[in-house]
Order: sequence, then C-alpha cells, then structure tokens
Amino acid sequence: MHELGLVTHIVRTIEDISIEVQLTNVSSVTLELGEVSGVIPDYLTDCWKYFRVKSELLKEADLKIFMIPAVTICEDCNRTYSTLKYKKICPHCGSGTTYLKTGTEFNIKEIEAC
Amino acid sequence: MGEFRVLEVKQSIFADNDRRADELRKELKTKKLFLLNLMSSPGAGKTTTLKKTIRCLQDKLTIGVMEADIDSDVDARSISELGVKTIQLHTGGMCHLDTEMTRQGLKGLEADGLDLAILENVGNLVCPAEFDTGAVKNVMILSVPEGHDKPLKYPLMFTICDVVLINKIDVLPYFDFDLEVCKSYILKRNPNAIIIPISACTGEGIEEWVQWLSKEVRNW
Repeated sequence: MHELGLVTHIVRTIEDISIEVQLTNVSSVTLELGEVSGVIPDYLTDCWKYFRVKSELLKEADLKIFMIPAVTICEDCNRTYSTLKYKKICPHCGSGTTYLKTGTEFNIKEIEAC
Repeated sequence: MGEFRVLEVKQSIFADNDRRADELRKELKTKKLFLLNLMSSPGAGKTTTLKKTIRCLQDKLTIGVMEADIDSDVDARSISELGVKTIQLHTGGMCHLDTEMTRQGLKGLEADGLDLAILENVGNLVCPAEFDTGAVKNVMILSVPEGHDKPLKYPLMFTICDVVLINKIDVLPYFDFDLEVCKSYILKRNPNAIIIPISACTGEGIEEWVQWLSKEVRNW
C-alpha cells in the first residue's frame, strides 16, 4: 500500500515534467533509492506495473532502481561506516554521536523519453 | 515518433508534494485558518482525544474535522455528534494523505471561515510522516500499550512532530512502559518536541494540551 501511494507521486511528477518539456512517450524511469528509505524495491516495481497502464505517457515505461548504500558519519572521529552493519554506534571509536549521511534518498534520477 | 533521449531529473519524489504543501500553508495563513495534522497508529486514541479536545474548545473556536480512513464513516459520525462540521475522507486503500487530498478535504469541509481545521490522518506511523499535508502543526499520539520503544522504531514520525501526546497514562501501572525512557527516546530524535502525557479517558493532561493548541491557533 505504501509503495502504491509513492508510485502515484512518481507518475504525477513525470507527467508535470512532460508538459513542461513536451514529452509524449517515456520508455524508462530511473530512481535513486536509499537503503534505509523504507521503500521495498520489489513492491515498488509491482505497483509500478499495476499503475503505469493508467498513464498514456508511461504505459510502457520500465522502472529502473539504483540503490544508494546507507552510510553513517561519526561526529567524534569524523569517519564513516555502513549503517546497516553497525547501526548507531561508531565501529571505529565507539561513539554514539553519529548521524546518517546517505541512505534515505528517494529521487527520480533520470527518464528516457521522446 | 522522435528519438528517445535521456533527461536528467534529479528531483526528490516528495519535492512536488512539499511545494504544494508550502503553497497551501501560505493560503491558510491569509485565511487565518489553522490546520492541525493528527497522526498515530490505529487504536492509539485519536478520535477519543479529538472529542475531548473539541469539547474543551468549541465554545471559543469554530472547528471542523476531516476524518481520513481507508473505509467506513464510524469516526466521522462519532465526531459529528459533538455538533462540529465533519467530513469523512476515503483514501481508497492509500496509507496516507498528501497535500492535494488535504486541499480537496478542506474544500469539501467548506473550511473557509473556521478557526481550526483538524485532519485525523490514517492510522499509521510510517507513510503519513513522509507526506507534508500542508498543516501548520503536526501532532502525534503514542499510547502506553504500544510500548516506549516506538520512537526508535519509527524515527521519522517522531522527527517531524511538533507535539507528542502520550495517551492512556491511566493504565501505566499495568504496562511495562517507562515514561522517562520514552521521553528521552523522543527527544533524542527531536530535541524540540513538546511532550504531553495525557489520558483522553480520565482527562488528565488534556488542559495542558488544549492550552498549547489554543495559543497556537490564536497566534496563527
């Protein structure tokens, strides 16, 4: 259900762009998806296939997903590490003063269209 | 048909909704209409808290309520019994409301002229946090039976809220819920959060909450 809502927003955004730059047919849409964005790629693809046919512009467009790893940075030692592997505590110095640098992205990177 | 070409978009999927939300807030400001977005998981006590809140404020403010659910109108009926303008919004299976749906809701409610419009969002701690509805303030209710670890499990929701109401404190003795630990988890995620423990059932804490809300509405 979550992914379906997101798909409607992707479609709306691309439809707006298509009016702006006069596109009539989109063959692919590439997304950047962070590892901890909370979006499940498989579900998103399924919802995409269900929903794209409702749009004249996107009915044949493939969805490509480019994953972005989740990286946390430590404020104390200034080093970075994998968020999924080590979570909140810095594996280099043991500090808990860490924050997420990348991994929550949910962007439309590019579209292929004419 | 022309040649296919690649267009760099580089745009957050939430950007369009965020822009619409800012526009809506500007319009609300000129109308002096305060929109409150109320969120929680299912069963945390949104409707009961809302009823208590309305009873305290309906003599001083004109209030309208939008009840968003996937289906049914039980909440809208229950609120309309209090004599305030109410409409039920059906999301048709969607797990959240966005700005466009909220705007349609305000239109359906005929909200112009009201002091306070309250949006009771779909019961869910994930998706409603991602979509700005255009509300002036976001409030979420966490209830004691859900456990004090929720701010760790649903970080975004606690990050975007201006106020967290901890509801059902009348049953604290029966649950393994540590109020102080819960507060520290919330503040870790959101140092600016205002935390008010309440019981919508007994009325404890409601005065503090209602005072905060009336002050915000007055200052908008």
